[in-house]
Amino acid sequence: MIIAKNALPGLLDNLIAEYEVYAPVKEGTYSLFKQIGKGSEAYFGFLNSKIPPKGILFPQSEKLFSYSGAQMEECIDNKKKVVFGLRPCDAQSLLLLDSVFKNDKYEDPYYMNRRANTLLVGMACSEPAPTCFCTSMGGGPFDSKGLDVMLTDTGDEYLVEAVSEKGRELMSKMGLSAAGEGQKAAAAKVRDAAVVVCKVNTDGLKGKLDANFYDTIWESFHEKCLGCGSCTYSCPTCHCFDIVDEAKDCNGCRVRNWDSCMFPLFTLHGSGHNPRTTGKERMRQRVMHKFKYFVDNFNATACVGCGRCIKNCPVNLDIREILADIQGSEARSDK
Amino acid sequence: MQRNPYLPLPMKLVKNFTETEDKLIHTFTFQFMSEEDEKSFPYMPGQFAEICVFGKGEAPFGIASSPTEPGFLKFSVAKVGVVSTALHLMEEGTMVGVRGPLGNYYPVEQMKGKDIVIIGGGFAFTTLRSLVNYMLKPEHRGDYGKITVIYGARNPGLLLYKDERDEWSKRSDIDLICTIDRPADGWTGKVGFIPTVTKEVAPSSNNSVAIICGPPVMIKFTMPELEACGFKPEQVIMSLENRMKCGIGMCGRCNVGNKYVCKDGPVFTRAELNQLPNEY
Ligand SMILES: Cc1cc2nc3c(=O)[nH]c(=O)nc-3n(C[C@H](O)[C@H](O)[C@H](O)COP(=O)(O)OP(=O)(O)OC[C@H]3O[C@@H](n4cnc5c(N)ncnc54)[C@H](O)[C@@H]3O)c2cc1C
Ligand code: FES
Repeated sequence: MIIAKNALPGLLDNLIAEYEVYAPVKEGTYSLFKQIGKGSEAYFGFLNSKIPPKGILFPQSEKLFSYSGAQMEECIDNKKKVVFGLRPCDAQSLLLLDSVFKNDKYEDPYYMNRRANTLLVGMACSEPAPTCFCTSMGGGPFDSKGLDVMLTDTGDEYLVEAVSEKGRELMSKMGLSAAGEGQKAAAAKVRDAAVVVCKVNTDGLKGKLDANFYDTIWESFHEKCLGCGSCTYSCPTCHCFDIVDEAKDCNGCRVRNWDSCMFPLFTLHGSGHNPRTTGKERMRQRVMHKFKYFVDNFNATACVGCGRCIKNCPVNLDIREILADIQGSEARSDK
Repeated sequence: MQRNPYLPLPMKLVKNFTETEDKLIHTFTFQFMSEEDEKSFPYMPGQFAEICVFGKGEAPFGIASSPTEPGFLKFSVAKVGVVSTALHLMEEGTMVGVRGPLGNYYPVEQMKGKDIVIIGGGFAFTTLRSLVNYMLKPEHRGDYGKITVIYGARNPGLLLYKDERDEWSKRSDIDLICTIDRPADGWTGKVGFIPTVTKEVAPSSNNSVAIICGPPVMIKFTMPELEACGFKPEQVIMSLENRMKCGIGMCGRCNVGNKYVCKDGPVFTRAELNQLPNEY
């Protein structure tokens, strides 16, 4: 199917009548995913949003329940949503978060409920950025996994393709016209031209990490790290959170907020003991979690190669260089 | 869909008991509000729960009562911060929330037919109390061989569960050895650190399981003594206490290597821990 670019705001307006619609919105020099009230607010001029759209399903701060003494009331969000224009890497990240929020014993009702009520309309990446390395992390600029519908920018139009059954249904409500051979060929051309230049060698990486926990290599990676947590807050797969009460006397609510393994208080025990006392242990935890522990548990890296941690780091730490250093190292143990 | 794992069960504080002489540890008894609530909380020795003080927050504590003691849950809590202090100050009759049971438990099935050696230090005796009471229950006692308990604290006033220890010392089917760090007036038990006492008691490792809970230094120095008695890493069981929030393996706070202590633990064998990095 096909839609002209100038018809997109109207299409979004139609969706807004039925769904909460989230789309990238221009904020100065970058974009962020926000709920839009009018189709014309959406802006697709940037490659990707500064902060990932994961917050639509797993908000940075969310009320779990409110209480008045022991009288509790759950805050479950049942609204139907469409995320419009998310990139393939971010769609892949949601598949990874799915395995976190539904494990062998428990299900997180807040995330899972939103997930079940949310449709994902993706936007293929015609011009990947120099910081993109999705093709090294099991994805790609035109990878449709996890999406319901995928759009390809062919210049004045978007080619619209259904990926899932739910996506097909959504498309039937959009009033699209059929794509001609020429339009399909134009889309194929865009696809072939979209090349992710940066490659990260992951062959054997897991094996190195299996053996190098006590390696001296961890002594230096964190040296310039400020511990600000930008990498984790801008990561589409990071899912650490804190649980706090916001209350006056016995009335209030239990809230969860994004947290970060890069903060020293994250693992501090009540006794004062801390298993990860310095930046060294915290940097190691972040790398190990993404490229070893997550692989052990879910058979996938908890990194989709979106490059946000590289772009947002105030001291230019680059996960690609860290991985390359690990790949180039011989295991040296200081245990 | 299953029950919302973040919502606590309302329970009533029926007893706030000052457990130690320094008053820093209180034992709390919470009552289930209905039979249905109690049914929804089937637990085993070694599991923990998040106790929620409405208006303050929640924190994880090992369950000190045993499933063989119906109607209530017991926790022994050290006063260290916001939630624990609020609990210490709480009046009997106040409602709290309890979320759980969480985590795995002592392998009471695999322990059947074996001699059991329990070693506890300081106030880490909480879930060991649960385990001892579980095994001493008439319908379970026959499942286990000899039960030896070595329990130490700095001074007699810091040993928990005095009334129960008195009961246990009267019984012939459990061998209780209590020890304190330095001699004290009126103390007739042993004097010495737990590793030394373990060496003296020299429990046999033959067809045995050792369960050890306590401060890291105590564990560090007791392990070699257990090894000297012939205990293999598979025969030694420990319980970890990493900082926790969700308790259900999602918030990412409590991992040791690829395991979440809250969901995959807190109970691990020494052999399992040897496979993991030493981040606890
Ligand atoms: C599985 C498990 C079982 C446990 N069993 C027991 C038990 O049976 N009995 C028991 O007493 N304890 C037990 N604990 C420990 C208990 O969970 C902690 O003592 C408890 O969480 C403390 O909560 P709190 O709200 O009182 O303290 P918090 O207010 O959270 O603070 C405790 C300490 O943490 C530090 N801290 C926390 N936040 C900050 C901050 N923002 N800035 C600076 N410092 C900070 C401080 O050192 C502070 O004193 C267990 C823990 C686990 C994981
Ligand atoms: S406490 Fe949240 S993952 Fe263990």
